[in-house]
Amino acid sequence: MKLKQFFNINTDSMKSMGVLIDKEVSDYIRSKKFIVLLLIVLCTSVASLYSALTTLRHNPPSPDSAQASFFFLQVFTHSDGTLPPFHVFISFLGPLLGICLGFDAINAEYTNRSLTRILAQPIARDGLLNAKFIGALIILVFIFASLICMTVGLAVFWTGLTPSFHECLRLGLFLFVTVAYVGFWLNLALLFSVLWKHPATSALVSIAVWLFFMVFYPMIIGVIAKGMAPGMYASNQEIQSFQNFILSIMRLAPNQLYEDGTLVLLMPKVRSLSPLSMEQMQGAIPTALPVWESVKVVWTQVTALIASTVICFACSYFVFMRREIRA
Amino acid sequence: MATPIIDIKGLHKQYGTYKAVDNLDLQVQQGEIFGLLGPNGAGKSTTILMMMGLSEASAGHISIAGIDPQRNPIDVKKVIGYLPDNIGFYEQRSGLENLELIGRLNGLSTKETRQRAHLLFEKVGLQNVMNKKVGAYSRGMKQRLGLAETLIKKPKILILDEPTLGLDPNGVKEFLQLIQELNRQDQLTVLLASHHLHQVEEVCNRVGLFVKGKLVAQGTIQQLADQLFAQMNPTVTIETNLTDVPQLENILRSQENVIAVDFNDNRFIIQHTYPNTLPIVEIFVKAHVPIHSLFERTYGLDDIYSFYFKDSNI
Repeated sequence: MKLKQFFNINTDSMKSMGVLIDKEVSDYIRSKKFIVLLLIVLCTSVASLYSALTTLRHNPPSPDSAQASFFFLQVFTHSDGTLPPFHVFISFLGPLLGICLGFDAINAEYTNRSLTRILAQPIARDGLLNAKFIGALIILVFIFASLICMTVGLAVFWTGLTPSFHECLRLGLFLFVTVAYVGFWLNLALLFSVLWKHPATSALVSIAVWLFFMVFYPMIIGVIAKGMAPGMYASNQEIQSFQNFILSIMRLAPNQLYEDGTLVLLMPKVRSLSPLSMEQMQGAIPTALPVWESVKVVWTQVTALIASTVICFACSYFVFMRREIRA
Repeated sequence: MATPIIDIKGLHKQYGTYKAVDNLDLQVQQGEIFGLLGPNGAGKSTTILMMMGLSEASAGHISIAGIDPQRNPIDVKKVIGYLPDNIGFYEQRSGLENLELIGRLNGLSTKETRQRAHLLFEKVGLQNVMNKKVGAYSRGMKQRLGLAETLIKKPKILILDEPTLGLDPNGVKEFLQLIQELNRQDQLTVLLASHHLHQVEEVCNRVGLFVKGKLVAQGTIQQLADQLFAQMNPTVTIETNLTDVPQLENILRSQENVIAVDFNDNRFIIQHTYPNTLPIVEIFVKAHVPIHSLFERTYGLDDIYSFYFKDSNI
């Protein structure tokens, strides 16, 4: 009896969660700010993918060459010099998409005074927050999955090559990391939307954080690096520890984590993200890494991305559950 | 007496050192329209939020139809229809979509939701605008839509927080009639929080007066008046056309049966213990002070209210 009761409650809350997610997704699709931003992201991504495809199309690899096995991955990393490759675009514009999805998630309900009304219905309070998050995540998965699939489709159509299972796996992982990266910004914006009552405040703060990591953080690192650079006659060890230090502070920025992660996943030949000494390289066979090995290389990066996403979500969860509902 | 549908005992709510609700006891019977009356910031909304399980009580016990909202907020929200003050809708969506969302959140199937939504739109008189965006609704229409939303779950209890705020007099009248109708038809228990005395007086069976987080009095309006003014002296207001009559004032004050005299401009307010006003009129006649008007004061909800409100400031 108790078990049955337990399950009944569960199915009920699942049902209302479904209704809420449904509402969130349709809200996003209809909202103008989202459509405008989506168009910008789509235009730039399509432009970059298209330019990569057109250059690659005219010199397709012969099917039996070593290059051909990763043709479909190259589409996402190749650049003809005029437009940056797809993954760089995403590392730059993806955050904006995430911020746009999250910055007014909760506080707009406050200012609209619809929060009390929704919470007066028989749903758990966290259901609303979860629905906001899952709804936005569904949108993100759909956007990126369709972008990747369409590109692959176009590449198949133009070159006649077909992607191998290996490539599909890597593209799937690429999708996962991309969603995790944009999901981080989504959650940061969601947290700000719980913390501040005005959507304008949370939007501005989110964009400030984004700008900081995109523009100012590399500059600051540049300054630090200049100040700390070892002298001309420094030992090998000193140089190496300096490089390691700079790399690790660079990786505090989520976009650096994302770029590292996608680089390894999309370029199977990359075997390490930190500098390798000649001794380490000695005897290595210049060939592509298996998927699992690449995953191992980027494990820390991806874990860090997901962890920061989870931390942001946990914080918003904590603040939201304790918050007085009174508008 | 049957067990009350709303039973609150010793409820406290504290924000820091500020006591929003202080040792509240309140019982409401099934089928009653109960008016929670009090000035802004008296703790009415806080009490309601605690009854809904949307806010944590600092101490005390609440039972709503046998459910403890502090422990089972989701179950309580199934039996209570709550219309918050200043309700907000998703303005980009039509009234029907807004209502259907609430219906489906209450676990109704799509078909059932649609059926009930159509019935309710007719009931609250919005059937012609249900496909319009809520952004285009007037205040009164939004309030009616809000009422329809509270009804779609077929609640046992209806809690309305300042439902008539911002409505025009006609809208208020219609809204209150609608509430009375619902109460009669479905034996719905209604808790109406308001600071509009006259509206509360019109529809409520019983009222509770809320001041600074305390329920200072409750009962029917007649009971409240009796309680309060049983020991009060009759008061008479007399207007003259003279503005300077110190002599008369002194005479009045020297009378044994006159308790208090208040004179300003040309108006006397006299509290007395005479059985009627005749002796007072005689004094006026003797002093050759013409009487412009005379009326005996009776006590209504206004006086009850201002009495308690004044009391609370001490």
